[in-house]
Amino acid sequence: MRFIILLGDTILSAFRETGRICVFLSKSLFLGIQPPYFWKLLLSQMFRIGYLSLPVVALTAFFTGAVLALQIYYGGNQFNSESIIASIVALGITRELGPVLAGLMVAGRVSAAIAAELGTMRVTDQIDALVTLSTNPFKYLVMPRILAAVLVLPLLTIVADVIGILGGFAVGVENLGFNPSIYVQNTLDFLERDDITSGMIKSAVFGFLITSMGCYYGFNSSGGAQGVGRATTNAVVASSILILASNYILTSVFFS
Amino acid sequence: MAFMELKGVHKRFGEKIVLDGIDLEVERGSSLVILGGSGSGKSVMLRCILGLLHPEDGGVWIDGRETTGLRGRAREEILSRIGMLFQNAALFDSLRVWENVAFGLIQGRGMPSRQAKKIAIEKLESVGLGEMVGELRPSELSGGMQKRVALARAIAGDPDILFFDEPTTGLDPITGAIIDRLIVDTVKRVGATALSITHDINSARTIADKIAMLYKGRILWHGEAARLDESGNEYVDQFVHGRTEGPIEMELYKL
Repeated sequence: MRFIILLGDTILSAFRETGRICVFLSKSLFLGIQPPYFWKLLLSQMFRIGYLSLPVVALTAFFTGAVLALQIYYGGNQFNSESIIASIVALGITRELGPVLAGLMVAGRVSAAIAAELGTMRVTDQIDALVTLSTNPFKYLVMPRILAAVLVLPLLTIVADVIGILGGFAVGVENLGFNPSIYVQNTLDFLERDDITSGMIKSAVFGFLITSMGCYYGFNSSGGAQGVGRATTNAVVASSILILASNYILTSVFFS
Repeated sequence: MAFMELKGVHKRFGEKIVLDGIDLEVERGSSLVILGGSGSGKSVMLRCILGLLHPEDGGVWIDGRETTGLRGRAREEILSRIGMLFQNAALFDSLRVWENVAFGLIQGRGMPSRQAKKIAIEKLESVGLGEMVGELRPSELSGGMQKRVALARAIAGDPDILFFDEPTTGLDPITGAIIDRLIVDTVKRVGATALSITHDINSARTIADKIAMLYKGRILWHGEAARLDESGNEYVDQFVHGRTEGPIEMELYKL
C-alpha cells in the first residue's frame, strides 16, 4: 500500500513539475516577444554560450571523431570495410554525435551556470529588485538566454561537425594510412545537405531545452546556497535527459 | 485620505496563516515603521504591497488606486513611483555601482545612458559616496557602502513611496545609525512617503513618525513613535524592552 502511495505521489509531482515548466516557458515566450528587447544582453549571452563553449565542444568533437574512426576500423577490419570509415564518421558526426555532444557539453557548462546565476539572484532578492525597478525578469533574464542558445547552438554544431570529421580524418590518414584525397572524397560523396540541417535543427531544440531548464530551476530556487546547488544539479540532469529523449524523437521524425 | 492603505490583507502559505487581516493606513509624506520579530509576517506584508506576492483576500491602495493584482503597464506605472531598499541591498553583481543606481532609469524609463549616469553620480553623492565608487563592482564595497548604494538606487527615480526592508540589519551600530540618518534626510529631501520594516528599536525610533507592531500576522498596536513607550500593550512593551518573559515568549514556547 505504501509503495502505491509513493508511486502515486511521484507521478503526481512529475505532472506538477511538468505543468510548472510549461507555464514558466509560455510566460517567458509570451512576454519575451513583447518590447522592450534587450539586444545588448542577447549579444552578451551569445558570446557566453557560444564563443566560450567553443574549446570544450571542439575538443570533444575532435576526440569523438578520432575514436569513431578507430572503432569502425577495428570493428570493420575483418570485413575489409576500411573504405567506409570516412562516410560513417561524417554521417555519425553530422547526424548524431555533433549536435548531441555539443548539446551535452553546453548543458554541463551553460545550464549549470545559468541555474547558479539566476538561483543566486533569486535568493539574494536581485530578481525582486528587478521587478521593483520596473523591469520584467522574464524579458531581461530568461528570454535573452533562451534566444541566444537557440541561435548559437546550430553554429557550435557546425564547428563540432567540421572538427569531428577532422578528428576522423587525422586518425584515418596519420594512423591508418589512408589516402587523404580519397578520404575527403568519400566524406563528401556520402554527406548530404539534410544530414547537416537536421543536426542544426536538433541543436537549436537542444539550445532551447538547455537554457529553459537552467532558467526554470534557477528562477525557482530557494533555501540559500543549498537551494542554488540543488537547482544547478537539477538543471544539468533535466537538460541532459531532455537532450537524449528529444534526440530520439527528432531522429524518428527526420529519418523515418 | 491615506496615501497608502491596506484593507483586510490575508496571506497564507499552505496551512500557515502569515497575514491575518491587516488594516493599515500611511499618511502622505509620513514615515511608518512596522516593528515585529522574526517570522511575524513583516517581509510578507511588504511583498504583498509591492505585488511580489498576492494576498488571498483584501487589497492594497496607493494614492487612491487599488494596486493588488495589477498587471502590465498599469503595474509598471505604479512601480515607477516606488523605491525599495532590500535587506541585503540586492545589488546586481554583474553591473558597476553607477549602473546599479541608473538601472531603473535606463531599463525602466528608457533614459539615455549618459544622462542616467549623471543622475546616478548625483544620487551617490547625496548618500555620501564619491564618483569613483560608481566605477566599482558591488563586491568591492563594504556592507554599509552597499546599503548606501541601494539607497541611492531606491531614490534614483525620485519616487513618491520608499520602502525599507530591515535597513540596518547586518551593520555595526555606527554604520546603522548613519544609514538611519541618511534615510531620514533622504525621505525629507525627496518628500516621499516611507514604510520601513525592522526589528531594530533604535532604528525605528530614528526613522519613524508612526510605528505599528506586527505579531503573528496581526497589527497589535499602531501609534505615534513618541508614544511607543506608553503603548499600554504588553506585547509591544515586551518587544521594545527586549524582555525574555512576557506573552511573546509564552506564545513562542507553545509553538
